[in-house]
Amino acid sequence: MSNYIKLIVLGLVVLFAAIGSNYARDLAYQVHAILVMLIAGGLFIWTLRNTDEPDILVDRSAEYMDDVIRYGVIATAFWGVVGFLAGTFIAFQLAFPTLNFEWAQGYLNFGRLRPLHTSAVIFAFGGNALIATSFYVVQRTSAARLWGGNLAWFVFWGYQLFIVLAATGYVLGGTQSKEYAEPEWYVDLWLTIVWVAYLAVYLGTIIKRKEPHIYVANWFYLAFIVTVAMLHLVNNMTIPVSIWGSKSVIVWSGVQDAMIQWWYGHNAVGFFLTAGFLGMMYYFIPKQAERPVFSYKLSIIHFWALIFLYIWAGPHHLHYTALPDWASTLGMVFSIVLWMPSWGGMINGLMTLSGAWDKLRTDPIIRMMVISVGFYGMSTFEGPMMSIRAVNSLSHYTDWTIGHVHSGALGWNGMITFGALYYLVPVLWKRERLYSLQMVSWHFWLATIGIVLYAASMWVTGIMEGLMWREVDANGFLVNSFADTVAAKFPMYVVRGLGGVLFLAGSVIMCYNLWMTVRKAPAREASLTVAVPAE
Amino acid sequence: MELYTVLRQFADSWMLLLLFTFFIGIVIWVFRPGASKEYQDTANIPFRHADAPAPQQDKPATSKEARQ
Repeated sequence: MSNYIKLIVLGLVVLFAAIGSNYARDLAYQVHAILVMLIAGGLFIWTLRNTDEPDILVDRSAEYMDDVIRYGVIATAFWGVVGFLAGTFIAFQLAFPTLNFEWAQGYLNFGRLRPLHTSAVIFAFGGNALIATSFYVVQRTSAARLWGGNLAWFVFWGYQLFIVLAATGYVLGGTQSKEYAEPEWYVDLWLTIVWVAYLAVYLGTIIKRKEPHIYVANWFYLAFIVTVAMLHLVNNMTIPVSIWGSKSVIVWSGVQDAMIQWWYGHNAVGFFLTAGFLGMMYYFIPKQAERPVFSYKLSIIHFWALIFLYIWAGPHHLHYTALPDWASTLGMVFSIVLWMPSWGGMINGLMTLSGAWDKLRTDPIIRMMVISVGFYGMSTFEGPMMSIRAVNSLSHYTDWTIGHVHSGALGWNGMITFGALYYLVPVLWKRERLYSLQMVSWHFWLATIGIVLYAASMWVTGIMEGLMWREVDANGFLVNSFADTVAAKFPMYVVRGLGGVLFLAGSVIMCYNLWMTVRKAPAREASLTVAVPAE
Repeated sequence: MELYTVLRQFADSWMLLLLFTFFIGIVIWVFRPGASKEYQDTANIPFRHADAPAPQQDKPATSKEARQ
């Protein structure tokens, strides 16, 4: 019966997309309409061929749903390399403008590729890592199979479709020009549907859990899912100009729009890139170190302090603008108070290793996780400092900001994700161990040196640029033109690009290592299907 | 009074007090007597059920059965 409903819905989608591809007012919408038509058409045929076939019901409640996580791990590694490659390429576009090829103007120039890079690393790499690890963690810590059956597959594939629509949209010019919220209205609607399904799978699994308590990692993942839903809805309140076109108009205006955008933007950092990844930290670091988290009490206070404070920090992106002073002061104060929970969490992660510090010498995966928490501490120290109005007057609009973001994204998010992937692949593919620990070491050092080159060059160029912009002569005239600063930045841009090459090379080594782990590493002996207490 | 002023006054007074009390309440609650023992058990959740879900029971599982 449900197949008939699916067929009706898919048929209507194909029809609508076919009409849309004909009436489309712009290229991005047209390409997307054709894409949706083909995908929905393919699903229609697939569903039709399976309709009225006898259902074979197998009881799988005695095993975890790991297929979707395996797909998620592959997607994470794949989108990671794509995102790092795009980032490295646009870094060289800034150093060598001829890389903005004449034949690709309007499609592959810096302005079009930059959102492609940010979305690929944050939403495609980070998002897939979060979905895959959250599905893994929620099952293990709830001692229950994922709720909702194939709904988890819908979340996975639906999210990939969102990524493809967003990425192709940017290149073809379909963007609402809001940083980290570039996708246009119909892509936003699609993400909303996928996200509600994600929340349902996650909550459903927690509700049917067999453990009496909800492990702290799940609190962080849940805060990430719920808050991102709220941010996404409020920041994308747009009215489409036409249902046959991608252009839409936001209902907020002026400074309110700016404030909502940075309330969204900063909490995308706070809840997507911090809370979600802290969920990863609270599960994978104890697992890899083989000892429980340093202080569970601290983890609870860490959680509530972090979510109570982060939500107010957004206005620090709007110092010296039309935003009222009280609002930007509020944002600044909350950003500084955030030092406390951020460092509390960092200490909790690091001290989990107390009594097992020797593992740092022997286990490159633990090393990766520890440096990730170290970068988390560094960038959450740097961030509040940059939010202070006086510091911000120097750092804002300069490359210092870019350096800060990357020490957080490459160092914290990247490294903890790599650590989680190295942990997950042998477990998910039932291998005894990774193919090569030496390659993990290579990855570790390449990535670390890459980040150091990146962050250091951006500090130098950012502060230099900020000082050059404000330099005045004895008569009060500005000394430097904008082009002077661009010329002065060239060497640092090259160093930054090289840092990106090292980081990218490390991730390619990781992909090879993970691939060979699945192909060549010895299989694990038949695991115990009966759960054994850890004590 | 216009809506903004009403909401702003509420946010500045009762809501602020509520959120602050809630947070302080959490901190006090975390340090309640007997918490350490309970949290020790909770902190060990990642080391149970690594390979398969807790076995199904005919009757709804209690917390004790989930450990077996």
